[in-house]
Amino acid sequence: MTELLRVNNLVTQFKTESGLVKAVDGISYYIDEQEIVGLVGESGCGKSVSQLSVMQLISAPGEIVGGEVIFEGQDLLKHEANGPEMRSVRGAKIAMIFQEPMTSLNPVLTIGQQLTEMPELHMEMNNDAARKRAIELMSMVGITGAENRIDDYPHHFSGGMRQRVMIAMALSCNPRIIIADEPTTSLDVTTQAQLLELMKDMVQHFRASLIIVTHNLGVVARHAQRIYIMYAGRIVESGTTKEIFANPRHPYTIGLLKCIPRLDEEEGTKLVPIEGLPPNLINMPPTCAFLPRCSYKLDKCAREPWPPLKVVEGNHYISCYADTKEK
Amino acid sequence: MNQKRNDNILDIQDLKMYFPVTRGLLRRKVADVKAVDGVNFKLKRDETLGLVGESGCGKTTVGRCILGLYRPTEGKVLFKGEDTATFSEKKLRQIRSNMALIFQDPYSSLDPRQSAGSIVGEPLKIHQLVLSKGEYRDRVEQLFRIVGLDPSMTDRFPHEFSGGQRQRIGVARALACDPDLIVCDEPISALDVSIQAQIINLLEELQDRTQGLSYLFIAHDLSVVRHISDRVAVMYLGRIVEICKSRVLYENPLHPYTRALLSAVPIADPVLEETRDRIILKGEVPSPLNPPPGCSFHPRCFMAIPECSQAVPPLRDIGDGHEVACIRV
Repeated sequence: MTELLRVNNLVTQFKTESGLVKAVDGISYYIDEQEIVGLVGESGCGKSVSQLSVMQLISAPGEIVGGEVIFEGQDLLKHEANGPEMRSVRGAKIAMIFQEPMTSLNPVLTIGQQLTEMPELHMEMNNDAARKRAIELMSMVGITGAENRIDDYPHHFSGGMRQRVMIAMALSCNPRIIIADEPTTSLDVTTQAQLLELMKDMVQHFRASLIIVTHNLGVVARHAQRIYIMYAGRIVESGTTKEIFANPRHPYTIGLLKCIPRLDEEEGTKLVPIEGLPPNLINMPPTCAFLPRCSYKLDKCAREPWPPLKVVEGNHYISCYADTKEK
Repeated sequence: MNQKRNDNILDIQDLKMYFPVTRGLLRRKVADVKAVDGVNFKLKRDETLGLVGESGCGKTTVGRCILGLYRPTEGKVLFKGEDTATFSEKKLRQIRSNMALIFQDPYSSLDPRQSAGSIVGEPLKIHQLVLSKGEYRDRVEQLFRIVGLDPSMTDRFPHEFSGGQRQRIGVARALACDPDLIVCDEPISALDVSIQAQIINLLEELQDRTQGLSYLFIAHDLSVVRHISDRVAVMYLGRIVEICKSRVLYENPLHPYTRALLSAVPIADPVLEETRDRIILKGEVPSPLNPPPGCSFHPRCFMAIPECSQAVPPLRDIGDGHEVACIRV
């Protein structure tokens, strides 16, 4: 498969009154053509900020201070955030689906106005053609009676239906990559399942790639081919989904898998919580951020800087000094 | 106190809670939102019953009726054999020292201007359970220790605590009066994944340590509900469609809605996920303002036959306490 997007050493910081927050602290990842990749982490780990950085949607006091985002042979970070090059990528070639379908649609514009905006802008369609395309997309994402509903306002739609509109919008310019940031988190379980299935079908149909940003390990186990686990602004483990779930090697990943109840667990299974709290990202020490919560820690961990990613085997990487195998 | 020996701490009989929809200047009633429409279940001592369903299915309303925060339109709420639905406000206040509620959002359910200690201790004052200031302080400190908080933190304010710690304060407040029943309404859904397990384990330990503490655990996350509960009741549009032991729920779900709900929950195991059946439901939950006739699930059901739209199927016991409301099973 050919590589579509590569992010190298991306660093995004926020300058706050209480100190410097390294929300994304040197992450590197890639996505191949027609691949579904999961980016997993808890709130505040930098998973959303990293995706907003790729799109250059970071505003002050945030700042992208380093790294490369290579897409179609160019480094997107070299372009002006509001310049024509970035505009021709954002929304058109790389589209985004946000978490809150309730707030990410404009309440005073009809669905049709919002769905035709991007094709008119990026594909230079005239209004009639764009409207036709909008109706076609709405039917594709499962909105029945699209011709009649296109002139409705967002408040006429339920949460699940709004997220379908968001999916249609993301697809409207035939993007190469869709970034879905917690796309189903605020929705009901059965609606979540419907929409994830829909997104998977749609990216297959459009031959696009999909990045699912989520805190739900079940969602990535079901849908993603490869995953990246993030903690405190860094990627701590990456590999194919099967490899990571069968053989998790970073202490954080191991902890996460032990602390979530599973639907198919034996009766009387005890959860093993990860002790302590996720770190405050203000003025972080240079050592491994998981150290205070880690049950595998070595003396070395407190002395050395954050461990670089090392190969476990094949395409499976972890950022850890300890030997976590079969403890 | 009349401590009648009763195995059921809670016995809900045909509970209905309708909210009127009014229109116009005179606020004429034009319709009812049937939030809860005929719910029956029993909760035993020391037992945890999970109540699951999607948003708007009426699970929170059931919890609120039990605590007497809503007066049910119809039906009985027998708490230790007494029908609290008929109680006066004064009597309800008294009986509420025996029950407690843990809320979903640990950020908005604690008064930001009150210290953690006084939040936890307030029920003690209201129900006059302590006689002296010294006893009050000791009890608050003891409650802090029970939920795993440092007693030296009683003078701090909610904003000084993390989400998990705040929820511990919520648990301590619920425990203050030594209740027999705690209604937990989505107690962990606002917390981070790695913190959720800490609160689940705390709730489990408390139940193991305390004699006669029952939980009604209301949540939408089936994996969590199944983990903590002895039995699980699945609700859809104001009615219970299936009740069974939590082990049976995963192994042998019978109601088509339960099966769809289970298959919608992804399991963190990619190998297993490849082989699982997926039932993807069509459409969305109908409005409780205008529920479909007969079985309210039939428009979305993959097993529906014409008879399904004719009458509401009653919950029937199919053995070993497994009850299901469907004419097709």
